[in-house]
Amino acid sequence: MNRGTILGADTIGRLIQELNRLPGIGPKSAQRLAYYLMRAPQEQANQLADAILSIKQKIKLCSICFNVTDSDPCAICRNDQRDRSQVCVVEQPQDILAIEHTGAYKGLYHVLHGAISPTEGVGTNDIRIRELPNRLRDSLVKEVILATNTNLEGEQTALYLNQLLSPLGIKITRLARGLPFGTELEYADDATLTRALEGRQQL
Amino acid sequence: MFRPRNYQTEAIIIKKTKLGEADRILTMYTPDLGKIQAVARGVRRPKSKLAGHLELLTHSQVTLARGRNLDTVIGSQTINGFLPLKTDLWLTSYGLYVIELVNQFTADHVEDEALFRLLLETLQSLCQTNNQELLLRYFEIHLLGASGYRPQLQECVTCHQPLGPITNFFCASIGSTLCPVCRLNQPFARPISVNALKVLRFIQGNGYAAVGRLEIDASLSYELESITRSYLKYLLEREVKSANWLDELKEQMKQPGAEEKKVYQP
Repeated sequence: MNRGTILGADTIGRLIQELNRLPGIGPKSAQRLAYYLMRAPQEQANQLADAILSIKQKIKLCSICFNVTDSDPCAICRNDQRDRSQVCVVEQPQDILAIEHTGAYKGLYHVLHGAISPTEGVGTNDIRIRELPNRLRDSLVKEVILATNTNLEGEQTALYLNQLLSPLGIKITRLARGLPFGTELEYADDATLTRALEGRQQL
Repeated sequence: MFRPRNYQTEAIIIKKTKLGEADRILTMYTPDLGKIQAVARGVRRPKSKLAGHLELLTHSQVTLARGRNLDTVIGSQTINGFLPLKTDLWLTSYGLYVIELVNQFTADHVEDEALFRLLLETLQSLCQTNNQELLLRYFEIHLLGASGYRPQLQECVTCHQPLGPITNFFCASIGSTLCPVCRLNQPFARPISVNALKVLRFIQGNGYAAVGRLEIDASLSYELESITRSYLKYLLEREVKSANWLDELKEQMKQPGAEEKKVYQP
């Protein structure tokens, strides 16, 4: 299992082991990375080590939107150019990256850090859901966009949020669900096809 | 014995766990193989062809390939997606409760076609009925029967006398009713009203077509729920997580009232 030790190189064995624990990195990739780092310039290793350390030390959650950030409030919440009448609710900070990458959204965010999942025992106390109504009350927000995942948990979270937020009288919208770009129709499931038909648009 | 490499079965997806980057382990309940587990590869990627057919609370025709350890899902086609269950907060929660119970009460590879039919009937009825609580009781009582824990409701289990039309008792650890005299030896037995006992007996002896026509008021519904819940909890020796969520929902929304009485069209 641990070839580093077999070869008598404990230091590199330890690195391989640590890398192996990362998601998506198997023993072979870990080995390749470790030997690459061993030969890489000192400066590069320092930068990597520093980046890893600072992610644990400096990163915290934005007190407004709960996105991960190194300054509170986060860059998006501070930005005057953003549209303050829209809040987009996502499950994970990574979802913000995906939406920002499109460049099609200019509003603010709210990160739940999970989705309601009764069978796994994740309820409203385990994610940042109760903070949302307080944030929206007496704010400039006119529209909440529910951008949770389109699986059962995300869908349920959206339904719950709809009930929770409807008394506030703010417009609540859900991301459209339809066929992903580049797919074949015959493999689409009923739920997706039904929604895609409902949401069809004139060309 | 010849075992083909691929096989097909109907299945209802009752549990999913993440595996690695983009895969899932699915737990499915099938009519001919009982509860099985299989790996579904790549279903967490957006372009997965299988993902939509392998969501929880979906009745699908699946094709599986035998693997060394776990089998792999290589094809699936939805038979019934139970769409109303997935577009309503309450119905989703009820549905999740149903499949969690099935998962907890069954062992792998023990086939029970009657239980599969019960599960299917319950999910179908959830889409149509407007008395979901009663349907859940129906499901619970028949699930208990199918798993060998059929509650004995006809007589007092100790003295074997018929129960009189008075408040009797139900003891979860025995799984039976007790008369007011015999319950003195069973401090944890809980009272069960005449009406609640009648309803439970009726549920036990009838299909949902008949049970669904019963009209139950809120306090009786609550009593029935607490009786079956306490028995289920005793047997499982743990909390049913989705039941806690149902309680949380009920607490927050302070219904069931106007909202829930809507008839959902599939």
